[in-house]
Amino acid sequence: MVHTRYKQEINMTETLMNRINELISHYPEDKRKSALLPVLHEVQDAHDNWLSIDLMDKVAEILQIKPIEVYEVVSFYTMYNQKPIGKYMFEFCQTSPCCLNGVEDLMDYTCEKLGVKVGEPTADGLFEVRGVECLGACGYAPMMQLGDFYKEHLTKEKIDQLITDCKDDKIILHDK
Amino acid sequence: MKVTIDGQEIEVEAGTTILQAARMIGGEVVPPAMCYYSKLKGSGGKCRCCLVDVTKGSDADPRPMPKLMASCVTGCQDGMEIASKASPRVQEARKSVTEFLLINHPLDCPVCDQAGECDLQNLSFEHGKSATRFIEEKRTFEPEDIGPNIQLHMNRCILCQRCVQVADQLTDNRVHGVMDRGDHANISTCISKAIDNEFSGNMIDVCPVGALTDKTFRFKSRVWFNKPYNAHRDCDKCCGKTTVWMFGNEIQRVTGRKDEYHEVEEFICNGCRFDHKEVSDWVIEGPRKFEKDSVINQNNYTQKLEKVEIATEKNILLGRDQDRKKISMVSNPLDTNNKNS
Amino acid sequence: MSQKILLDKINIPGIKTYEVYRQNGGYASVEKALKTLTPDEVVEEVKTSGLRGRGGAGFPAGMKWSFIDKKSGKPRHLVCNADESEPGTFKDRYLMELIPHLLIEGMITSSYALGANRSYIYIRGEYMWVYKILERAINEAKAAGFLGKNILGSGFDLELYVHCGAGAYICGEETALIESLEGKRGNPRIKPPFPAISGLWANPTVVNNVETISAVPWIVNNSGAEYAKIGIGRSTGTKLISASGHVKNPGVYEIEMGLSVYEFMNSDEYLGGMSSDRPLKAFVPGGSSVPVLPAHLIYKTAAGEDRLMSYESLSDGGFATGSMLGSGGFIVYNDTSCIVRNTWNFSRFYHHESCGQCTPCREGTGWMEKVLHRIENGHGREEDIELLLSIQSKIEGNTICPLGDAAAWPVAAAIRHFREEFEYHIRFPEKIKNRDHFVAEPFEKVKHLVSKVIV
Repeated sequence: MVHTRYKQEINMTETLMNRINELISHYPEDKRKSALLPVLHEVQDAHDNWLSIDLMDKVAEILQIKPIEVYEVVSFYTMYNQKPIGKYMFEFCQTSPCCLNGVEDLMDYTCEKLGVKVGEPTADGLFEVRGVECLGACGYAPMMQLGDFYKEHLTKEKIDQLITDCKDDKIILHDK
Repeated sequence: MKVTIDGQEIEVEAGTTILQAARMIGGEVVPPAMCYYSKLKGSGGKCRCCLVDVTKGSDADPRPMPKLMASCVTGCQDGMEIASKASPRVQEARKSVTEFLLINHPLDCPVCDQAGECDLQNLSFEHGKSATRFIEEKRTFEPEDIGPNIQLHMNRCILCQRCVQVADQLTDNRVHGVMDRGDHANISTCISKAIDNEFSGNMIDVCPVGALTDKTFRFKSRVWFNKPYNAHRDCDKCCGKTTVWMFGNEIQRVTGRKDEYHEVEEFICNGCRFDHKEVSDWVIEGPRKFEKDSVINQNNYTQKLEKVEIATEKNILLGRDQDRKKISMVSNPLDTNNKNS
Repeated sequence: MSQKILLDKINIPGIKTYEVYRQNGGYASVEKALKTLTPDEVVEEVKTSGLRGRGGAGFPAGMKWSFIDKKSGKPRHLVCNADESEPGTFKDRYLMELIPHLLIEGMITSSYALGANRSYIYIRGEYMWVYKILERAINEAKAAGFLGKNILGSGFDLELYVHCGAGAYICGEETALIESLEGKRGNPRIKPPFPAISGLWANPTVVNNVETISAVPWIVNNSGAEYAKIGIGRSTGTKLISASGHVKNPGVYEIEMGLSVYEFMNSDEYLGGMSSDRPLKAFVPGGSSVPVLPAHLIYKTAAGEDRLMSYESLSDGGFATGSMLGSGGFIVYNDTSCIVRNTWNFSRFYHHESCGQCTPCREGTGWMEKVLHRIENGHGREEDIELLLSIQSKIEGNTICPLGDAAAWPVAAAIRHFREEFEYHIRFPEKIKNRDHFVAEPFEKVKHLVSKVIV
């Protein structure tokens, strides 16, 4: 499938490049490609949580591999986004144990509150609701992932609070 | 090493796979193969068409293998015994894989350029059923243009990945690959870049189905209306040995020379394939031979054709009669004596 | 109180840090192994312990270690599988988050046993904060001289790194995990060759679950024979169970193998019975891939014996009346839950997670999901039940990796034990319109409707 070429400003800061080089050093010299997954995470985190074609080409250049090798990998794994997404992505786990604890109702509630459908960002680009498969927190259901962190034992009140905190810029998405 | 397939014994060298051994025996014991290609490293194991039952592991360890094994990637052991066509379990597995390959296939053979030389057609003919149990909507993909020479029909693809291996092993810059995953995995360049290098045309020859076809031959003819001849020319890029497909005096298509397992003998370059369509470009060696039952033989060789009678009138009347029964209409509406018929 | 091996120190304040962990006897197994034991002696201890792989398959760990190719002279690798993603399982995360140094200690001791000088922990990308915890813990261990060159003056070198995935259940399969670690798509490899011969970068590799590796320090400190005394029969030692669903106290528990399912379910030390006191309807003992069991087969086997938490007892009766311990993901359902909906949910999961490499899984998982979705939404046909059984039997055993089987088994088991519920969905579509259809009217109350013969 051909991907739409969305525009993205690329900013490979020194901090980012240092971290990338550190990650590359975790693998043997002739196995740079092995660093691909962790490097993509870092690059994506530093670029509004998504990866444009140009950014993927940049990663290919750094790791000295073919661009297609990066596209193949990015499209395989669900955590890489290939188009702009909402800043605060509420990723609800919707596998069985979470469903037993009412995650579907909570998702409906969140969507209604934000005035969106699952998979569509809000008009201001601030929020997006997504259903994902098992996140490995079945005993703390219902739960969701927000950035690098899990929000567990969710209730409607906690969702309200989270939305307020996001709007007030009180939520940390990545642990750097 | 000695191995036995469906009761036929053969001596093979160490490192031979079961499929290769079966091909050495030939005939009905040869499992079908949709993804394995002997000339491509790392091919095989994916389509699961060639599953066989290893009833005895080896002389040293005679235990049978519990699961069916993909014969194209399983090595022979001394004293190994294998059931291929003879095993009902294997037959069942082949039927299963055929059904799986067909549920999302568009079944557009009437407009597909591969029809007549398609491995999936052959597989379905051998192991398929005419009825489907799949009532869901079929999966489809957005069309993608991959350049002037090669036509990609993703809906027909069975994801054998041979074309990816061709690009990896024959060229130095692969620009297409497998995108996404699961039943939405697809072959793509991701950025719609023309797949353009001297050997890219071989993707067409290795494709077992109509997913990659020759754009310069598109809708020109059915393959069985062409006469294939072996031909050669001096080429500084490849061996120059090809099969040219002719209609009258016109060369409509050039392909590699394919053996009975539909594998090319040698890969050819795009120059030979796409740019030399004049008879004067080639030294014609003589007619290319195909397996006896190939549809490509239908119009070409000495086989006597039975006259086919299509009893149109009769069949139409029969159809009407059946329709009438379906809507519970009496066969003769004016016959008031026979209301229940 | 049963013996705790993995979680005994979990409540010590600050156990996350190197200092506290070390003060409480941490890294003793590294000292003991490197200073007093040969690598082969460590392997022998693990063999004697009877420790079985805790990821799901239950293959003896010591035996797996002994398969690693030491003759070729190629570098060897130990890779820890922390790609925990089997629905119902969340024990590895608990361990890594709360006591990260236990895993690192296990990695060092195990790497020494295997002669691996470069080892990796492959953690799922969603556990990003745990990735950071492990990274910090590794730095602490390195600073204390437990990693790097010439550890404790023994001449043994080890570099240990964390590698993160990016959202793919299939990477929990060991060869897919290796592919992913090499920076590729997570497509399982065709076996043979097995990783013990040709794994990471074509080098001999052992892949073990977090819980398996975390048990190694105790075994080395206390001997394999001591470990083998815990548990029952061939199920030795302790096992972490992740409990979820309709129980009073969901969470992670360490149990001695051989505890009865009844006690685990009902005692206050463990799950404390059902939440909101509704009756038990079904349970899945080992993560979503293993067969679901109906109420009457949970506490007792078909032969009338007590069902125990062990590999053997949970699989007693085969697939007809038994299940599997699997990864220890214990999901409990009360009478308001709908088995059809749950089966569809699992099918959707496997459909979503299929890598797409081999035909039966790629096409079959999607087909099953679609049929189940139709049934759950009131568009089922009588023949769909047989169709589902047929599809699942065509996937089972015919795929490259076990994901095909994992997708097929839950469907077969659900129909085997709850066929009437499927029939109810097909025959009374107007009654199952809402997703919570059994909340107001549990199946037991409407069961009589399907027992009538339909002409």
